[in-house]
Amino acid sequence: MSTTTVAHHDEHTDHPTGIMRWLTTTNHKDIGTMYLTFSLIMFLVGGSMILGIRAELFQPGLQLMNPDFFNQLIGVHALIMIFAALMPAATGFANWMIPLQIGAPDMALPRLNNWGFWLLPPSAILLTLPFTLALFGIGDGALATGWTFYPPLSIQGGIGVDFAIFAVHLLGISSVLGSINIIVTLFNMRAPGMTFMKMPMFAWGWLITAFLLIATIPVLAGAVTMLLTDRHFGTHFFDAAGGGDPIMFQHLFWFFGHPEVYILLLPVWGFIPQILQTFSRKPMYGYKAQVYSLIAIGAMSIIVWAHHFFTAGMPVPALLYFMYSTMAISLPLAVLFFCWIKTMWRGSMSFETPMLFTVGWIILFGIGGLTGLVLADVAADAQYHNSYFVVAHFHYTLFAGGIMGIMAGVYYWLPKMTGHMYNEKLGQLHFWLTAISFNLTFIPQFFLGLAGMPRRIPDYALQFAEFNMISSIAAFVLGLSQLIFVYNIISTVRGGKKATDQVWEGAEGLEWTLSSPPPYHSFSEQPTVK
Amino acid sequence: MLKQAMKKIGFGLFLLLTAPLALAEYRWNFPEPVTPMALDTLHVHNKFMLIVAVIFVVVLAIMIYSLIKHRKSVGHQAVADKAPSTATEIFWTLIPFVILLVIDFVIMGIPAYHSVVMMEDTRNESDMVLKVTGSQWRWQYEYMGNTDKGSQDGLVDAKGIKFVSNLSTPQNQVDGTVPPVDTPDSPYLLDVDNRLVLPVGAKVRILMTSTDVLHNWWVPQFGSSRLAVPGFIRETWVQVDKAGTYRGQCKELCGKGHGYMPVVVDALPKEEYAAWVALKKNEINEQAAGADKEWSKDELMEQGKVVYEKNCAVCHMASGAGLPPAFPALTGSKITTSPIFDADGKYLPDSHMDRVLNGVRVMPAWKALLNDTEIAAVITYERNALGNSVGDVVQPSQVKAARQ
Repeated sequence: MSTTTVAHHDEHTDHPTGIMRWLTTTNHKDIGTMYLTFSLIMFLVGGSMILGIRAELFQPGLQLMNPDFFNQLIGVHALIMIFAALMPAATGFANWMIPLQIGAPDMALPRLNNWGFWLLPPSAILLTLPFTLALFGIGDGALATGWTFYPPLSIQGGIGVDFAIFAVHLLGISSVLGSINIIVTLFNMRAPGMTFMKMPMFAWGWLITAFLLIATIPVLAGAVTMLLTDRHFGTHFFDAAGGGDPIMFQHLFWFFGHPEVYILLLPVWGFIPQILQTFSRKPMYGYKAQVYSLIAIGAMSIIVWAHHFFTAGMPVPALLYFMYSTMAISLPLAVLFFCWIKTMWRGSMSFETPMLFTVGWIILFGIGGLTGLVLADVAADAQYHNSYFVVAHFHYTLFAGGIMGIMAGVYYWLPKMTGHMYNEKLGQLHFWLTAISFNLTFIPQFFLGLAGMPRRIPDYALQFAEFNMISSIAAFVLGLSQLIFVYNIISTVRGGKKATDQVWEGAEGLEWTLSSPPPYHSFSEQPTVK
Repeated sequence: MLKQAMKKIGFGLFLLLTAPLALAEYRWNFPEPVTPMALDTLHVHNKFMLIVAVIFVVVLAIMIYSLIKHRKSVGHQAVADKAPSTATEIFWTLIPFVILLVIDFVIMGIPAYHSVVMMEDTRNESDMVLKVTGSQWRWQYEYMGNTDKGSQDGLVDAKGIKFVSNLSTPQNQVDGTVPPVDTPDSPYLLDVDNRLVLPVGAKVRILMTSTDVLHNWWVPQFGSSRLAVPGFIRETWVQVDKAGTYRGQCKELCGKGHGYMPVVVDALPKEEYAAWVALKKNEINEQAAGADKEWSKDELMEQGKVVYEKNCAVCHMASGAGLPPAFPALTGSKITTSPIFDADGKYLPDSHMDRVLNGVRVMPAWKALLNDTEIAAVITYERNALGNSVGDVVQPSQVKAARQ
């Protein structure tokens, strides 16, 4: 690859400063930074909510909150973590890195990009405002239905449900706008010579994610709109008394909800191989196989949704179809695992923080994936479903597989973004604390689920006490160790050892040919890829 | 307040100290299965867990080997992967693919298929039918009678028995004012006033429905779990092969009382079951007689208090203060203090009787859940206690008439 970089002559001269810079910016790096900052803030907000939950579950009996508030916290925790922490983090990376990786000067649709971001803060406010309103005696708090909005409970619910519906609408619009932008950028703005099969893996992961978002977000928007009209305008989509069916909502919701899992994970599966090849000092193994697997997983994710509600009752052929199709996802996923491990195999590995997070990520996400394979079995699912086993399973996929992956990405690219090296010792401390306390939080939950503890209960029988106590203590360690992460990021942004352009010894790709930090406007002259 | 907090902390310390002891006998797997389905589920689960554990350990071992051997700090030089020949590539792609296919669809797929078919076969060979209705936040059980097979096998027919099963843990433990009390007979949050009673060895076809939101009837030792959907009938079945008491919980978030609607089942040998059925039928006859007699105000107030605390206090609070705005106060409210009947003795729309019988929004329609005497008693109680003193009395016969 050969590239040409541009001089810094225009830096900080052609845009407003102060708050107006951020409000009006159309620069992909600024917008990426805003996405990542927003995501970090919401990660802490969603995290403190769950610490409230774990504090309540520390021992049997109600100590801190009433059951209704408990239900509000679990639902808003999930919505915030999924829509306001994980998804914006992935979009933030996309904004920052996709133009740099494909040699484009910016995203294809910069103004739309700006709008896509600025829809997020209002939706975060919509999600959390009902808590504040309740303090002033308006309404009865946020939605208390869990993040899944299942009717008829969500039809019974208070104004919190309406707030959440509109928040989901805004978040959905934001995601679709972001996706359109990424697709247009990737289709039109790749550097000359960069064919699709030479595109960086992160770009591939995001390309498939973007298509999934465009395919499924409108279904979610439709479903919650039907809920809204059921609540306020006398329709009966989900009410048997008027010819509707509550289970139809579950079909619509999970038609979005299952691809959503992969929407959260595909961008991570994109940059994980890049981190692996950097720190193994050899090119990633099976590029084509990985690309085809990503496409296969994306396609299959749309046709397996009903495994989320096997116990709702379905005809036997439907149960069998959803069971076998779910199991089939293990095939392309196994190819990915094989390629990741083969990339490390006979490499020359070093274990800086991004690599630590990546290796930990592979192991923990593996546990999440394998327990998912077991969950696909309909008969055993009758036991696992809605028990703590499922809670543990999806935290292995979404916390380990999602958030720890994002953290690997943060440590990997932070020196490039800020021009400073982060504190390696603190980074490693953060990794070990996170990995250990994460396991101590969620391994007990597997056993709680097997022993028969249902999820979403504010209080429990005494037979579940010990494991809940372990889980709660570990959850607080997990939560507090994220403060190290925040401190490390802030101090890296403010200063530190200068990072080189390549940052990592084994880093390859267009983004590493630019200076650290890259100029405000990069690639004004197009690089070419051989 | 401080004393309470001290008690709670003391209780927590007690748990912490006894934790290792309790963990020794902790369940690390599904609880002991007592139905054919739970047994099957346990086998499938154990087998699958073993398979995934083996996969995990093998892959992890390979990875750890690589992590130790192929690191820069021990001087390992990266060896580039050579592009393999097409034949080798196809071979190495097919091998893992086939292994996984076999694991997924043969080793795991075939037993899973049989389990599914068994789980969904609710009708063949069934002995009796039971209807389970979920309501916020209690279960209602109705015995629909024997099948032909059940009658031929000499199973006593329980048709007509119908009752509501409420959490029996005292309210002051549930709301956290006193620490939980746990006994083997009545575990905290896992005991009810009226247990479901099933005959050992009989295949019971269960029809599930709900009166309000989604619920899920789940007893871990039975291996069956099915959603209760309002307006629809879903089916499952159990055949309890071992006498004993089995406990479970609602498994679908159903509002603020979700954690407080346990399922408790007594599985009795056939003779004991027959005795229970006789007792229960006798009770029903007595209640029917009770509905026709004239009750005194004191009698009604006494029973009304019991009914209120069991069914109504969850939302309207023991004091009648409610939890506004979701759950209005009964003390001094329009409904509990305005007249019930018009001049012809018919109950008025939006009157106390209308609200209790038919419900509105979150308020359940109690006519399906309580008998005439209980409804008469609880209305009388609400009008003459909880800070109200209207002074009138509602007789069970009036409730009976109002149901028409």
